[in-house]
Amino acid sequence: MSDQLYQERIVALAKARTGAGKLTAPTGSARRDNPLCGDRVTIDVKVDGQGRIAEIAHQVRGCLLCQASASALAAAAVGRDAAGVAMLRQDAERAVGRQEGEAAEPFAAFAPVRAHKSRQECVLLPFEALKDALP
Amino acid sequence: MSFDAAAVRDQFPILSEIIDGRPVHYLDNGASAQVPRAVLDAVRKYETTGRANVLRGVHRLAERATDAYENARAEVAAFLGVPAMEIVFTGGCTAAINLVAYAYGALLKPGDRILISELEHHSNIVPWQLLRDRAGIELDMVPVTTDGRIDLEKLPRLMTPRTRLISLAHVSNVTGAMVDVAAVVAAAKSVGAKVMLDGAQRAPHGPVDLPTLGVDFYVFAGHKAYGPNGVGVLWARPELLEAMPPFMGGGSMIGRVTLAETTWAPPPRRFEAGTPPIGPAIGLGAACAWMRTLDWTGAHAHEMTMVQQLMDGLQEIDGARIFGPAGLQNRYPVVSFLLDGVHPHDVAQTLDSFGVAVRAGHHCAQPLMDRFDLDGTTRVSMAPYNDRSDIDALLTGVRHAARTLR
Repeated sequence: MSDQLYQERIVALAKARTGAGKLTAPTGSARRDNPLCGDRVTIDVKVDGQGRIAEIAHQVRGCLLCQASASALAAAAVGRDAAGVAMLRQDAERAVGRQEGEAAEPFAAFAPVRAHKSRQECVLLPFEALKDALP
Repeated sequence: MSFDAAAVRDQFPILSEIIDGRPVHYLDNGASAQVPRAVLDAVRKYETTGRANVLRGVHRLAERATDAYENARAEVAAFLGVPAMEIVFTGGCTAAINLVAYAYGALLKPGDRILISELEHHSNIVPWQLLRDRAGIELDMVPVTTDGRIDLEKLPRLMTPRTRLISLAHVSNVTGAMVDVAAVVAAAKSVGAKVMLDGAQRAPHGPVDLPTLGVDFYVFAGHKAYGPNGVGVLWARPELLEAMPPFMGGGSMIGRVTLAETTWAPPPRRFEAGTPPIGPAIGLGAACAWMRTLDWTGAHAHEMTMVQQLMDGLQEIDGARIFGPAGLQNRYPVVSFLLDGVHPHDVAQTLDSFGVAVRAGHHCAQPLMDRFDLDGTTRVSMAPYNDRSDIDALLTGVRHAARTLR
């Protein structure tokens, strides 16, 4: 029996829980819900004077895909400004097949989600919350 | 003779399909049940030999369509044990509840109270919130016990002289618990309130004896009761239907229209504005007729055997637990469970790779999830055509999820 969706890299990203938790004094914080499935992501960020992310933390009440995406995002977002985060989102959208082109790491790991349209929003929800948390 | 689930299963063409190389283990009946050949035949017959609009035409096809539509009303009525003219076809169960919230709501006054419970489907919460905001109605909530039942011990003290309606799920779409209707009706009578039951999860499990239940409104969905999409049913006591104003205006629901004013048709037409869902209603009539041919004593025993098999199997999986009643009493075969460390969506996705269809998430019951601080549950909802092999496949998938995803 093959579990094509839950490949080791996705499970490992979720289990790594990179950035899981809260920041004590965030400069921005936002929560996003997926009303269809009930997934909920809260992202805290601390942004420096140049608008770049200095620290990021997330709380996910959601599925493994959402947890893995938040974990990958927390690892990749530090040092990036809003435009840099938009590039990461582009990678995630490429990985799940919403955009043409090759996805860069770490989001290339989400390629198996391409075949599961109903789960693609799970991967993108942390990006929605981060977008709202940024100035 | 024991109940023959295989013979029932044979009547559902989709259940013999092989999808991506696997048989279908369909355990998402609470979301939408499958359709037997009798329903497909009835809809096909209408579409190919009797398709026309109802009530207005004088030609033969129109007469055939009208006959079939009214026969469907009679079949639904027989299924509920009530007269045909007390049955209103709606666009669905949600539409039926909204109809009551609007039309019965129009008879209420600011400060009147409506009582629902914490375990209701959003379709039995939001229409009342809309009415509250529109008309100044107050909403009260019956709490839920830790095993997922409406806590009727709390009911008497929630009743007030201004309580006008108690609207509850007959069977919970999350926990499978059946409400004690007699207790609800008694509490309602103590203050002169009406009772509405949302029968969406009860109707798929056999005829409902409304005269014995003693409620005032009953609603259910066609597609969960082996019928087509796009049709639902409202039954209400005739004096209530007579008192209620229309929900929607249009063709069919009128007595006489002038540019100055309009008079209403008597029920049920008053509540069936426009062209009704003719084909779906005919299909639902066939579904109700089909359900009346089943041995429901045997079917219920068969369903409860599967519930027990599921409970026993989950008990052997580390971190798996039932959310809902632990026993088989006063429940229907809708079973929610949790698997510690694995999100319900990931359980459901894994099950899909084993050919098992279930629903996971909040089940349109977010207040219930909030009450128990849950992200969601995985829900197994059965029908008489399911059997041991479906539960075996499900348990295999849950064991796999437990092994690989945490």
